[in-house]
Amino acid sequence: MTGRHAMFAGLAVVLLALPHFVPPYFMHLLIQILIWGFVYTAWSIMGRFGFVSLGHGAFMGVGAYVPALLWNYAGLTPWVGIPLGMALSVLLGLVVGYPCFRLKVVGHYFALVTLALSQVVMLSIVAARDVTGGSLGFTPKAVGHSWFALQFPEKVYFYAISLALWLTGIDRGIGREALDAIAEDEEAAASIGINVIGEKLRVTLISAALTALGGAIYGQYMMYLNPETVSGIAVSLQIVFAAIVGGTYAAIGPTIGALLTISLNEGLRVAFGTNFIGAANTIYGILLILFIIFMPRGIVGMIEDTFKRRWRGKTASTA
Amino acid sequence: MDIYLLETIINGILLGGVLALLALGLNLIFGVIDVVWIAYADIVMCGMYLIYYLNAELHWPLLLACSVAIAWVAALGVLVHVLIIAPILGSAPINQLLATGGLLFFLQSFATLLFGTDFRNIGVRLPIIRLSGIYISSARLLAFAVAVAGAIALYFFLKRTFIGTAIRAIAQDRDIVGLMGVDQRHIYLVTSAIGGALAGLAACLLILQYDVHPFIGNTFGPLIFMICVLGGLGDMIGGFVAAFVMSQIISIGGFYFSTELSYVFAFTFFIVLMFLRPRGVFSR
Repeated sequence: MTGRHAMFAGLAVVLLALPHFVPPYFMHLLIQILIWGFVYTAWSIMGRFGFVSLGHGAFMGVGAYVPALLWNYAGLTPWVGIPLGMALSVLLGLVVGYPCFRLKVVGHYFALVTLALSQVVMLSIVAARDVTGGSLGFTPKAVGHSWFALQFPEKVYFYAISLALWLTGIDRGIGREALDAIAEDEEAAASIGINVIGEKLRVTLISAALTALGGAIYGQYMMYLNPETVSGIAVSLQIVFAAIVGGTYAAIGPTIGALLTISLNEGLRVAFGTNFIGAANTIYGILLILFIIFMPRGIVGMIEDTFKRRWRGKTASTA
Repeated sequence: MDIYLLETIINGILLGGVLALLALGLNLIFGVIDVVWIAYADIVMCGMYLIYYLNAELHWPLLLACSVAIAWVAALGVLVHVLIIAPILGSAPINQLLATGGLLFFLQSFATLLFGTDFRNIGVRLPIIRLSGIYISSARLLAFAVAVAGAIALYFFLKRTFIGTAIRAIAQDRDIVGLMGVDQRHIYLVTSAIGGALAGLAACLLILQYDVHPFIGNTFGPLIFMICVLGGLGDMIGGFVAAFVMSQIISIGGFYFSTELSYVFAFTFFIVLMFLRPRGVFSR
């Protein structure tokens, strides 16, 4: 454990030093990687226990839109708006999650119920176009550099915020043992006194709250929201896939997923230009299929497996 | 009754026909192979683009283009099964759903690469029928008739032929069928081909009513999964009824409120019903 913490600390020092060397464009990419990495990590808090939610677009959409709407229409600071968006997200998670776990809606069915939830949120945002701007998107009122409005034209502030966000998200060992037991064998877990529904719900609500927080920070940074890019089926699938490509079973996995997918997208965009729209996602789609078939534990999972095999002798002797 | 409302209800029934056809194909795969093809609507999109390309760009006759498209989408169904589903048939069901999700990304972006994001149509607009003050699109009427005919044909295929019986048997008990001398792999291929052919048929009917664009699958894809699950996994008749219930919610909701809100109602209705009847509305 201490070794892992030292590694994270070292990584943090490097990340803190980065803004002094890196040009703004790469700063922008790095911020996106950290924010999306945080969202993917939030998803995998649930995902690694076998609840594959296709509804995280809903949580992200609510988290992004609530503070932005409250800011524009009521002048309410995001410091209050963001917690409200997270609370609404948690409420949604509760309303859908509790019956799902109670009635044992699992597998395909769980995926489809949560998919319906993300569509409900996205279409509601589009339907309320008088308030939200519908498919044209929504721009929070810009006031320049302001802590009250949580708006910073200088990238370094959002870099710090997203780095802090990512670091808090990455190191959550919440109730791993109980949940691992549930994932292995639900009835056995219940028989030794684990509150199965309570544990599942706790993970779901934490995941929903963190995803909403990620959505909020994404909105504050981009200063533009679009129902298609922060909610709905496309975002939900994007979250699931990036997390899986990176590896949901390792803490760093989803972030690696964000790093890979965002670099791939940007790399192809720069290489081919915009007239080759779709190239990135074509390759991305093929990669996903290959990953799920050949490497269901993701890149980090695969690397870990390789190293574990090599280190097995060594750890056995120290123990 | 308000004549516009009546028109809305009739249009809803006609829309239900195409949705029922799509749900039927998906339900067959869902019930027999126990896999959710999350990219099913995007396979339909491929069929629509092929018809567009053959008819509008190469000037093939429409019927020929449609027949080719049905055969091609059926082949695509087999390919999806062989390349994506078969290698991971033994792993967790959710992996198969996610693998076809990768296919969804691939198909949508590949279509964008080939055709761009423009809305395209074949320029054939069937006449509007006027019946004592009610306007009905004959394209929708045709789609409805073909969808119902397709469903009936499938019903007789499943009831009357040996392979149809084997398909139904496998949906009921996967393991015992092998002992009866039925090759599962063969049945899965046939099922995927039929599922693909139904998607191709739906493509022919949809291209007459809608413009095709790379993301058209997103508009009705989620809806047909909901219909399938509402009707009950593998329950063809349940799926058929559910298609009409959902299409009425969308049609009437769209009439009184807006299209988006009507979809919100339909999806909310689905979530609530999943909690009331988790194994399908018509399950016993």
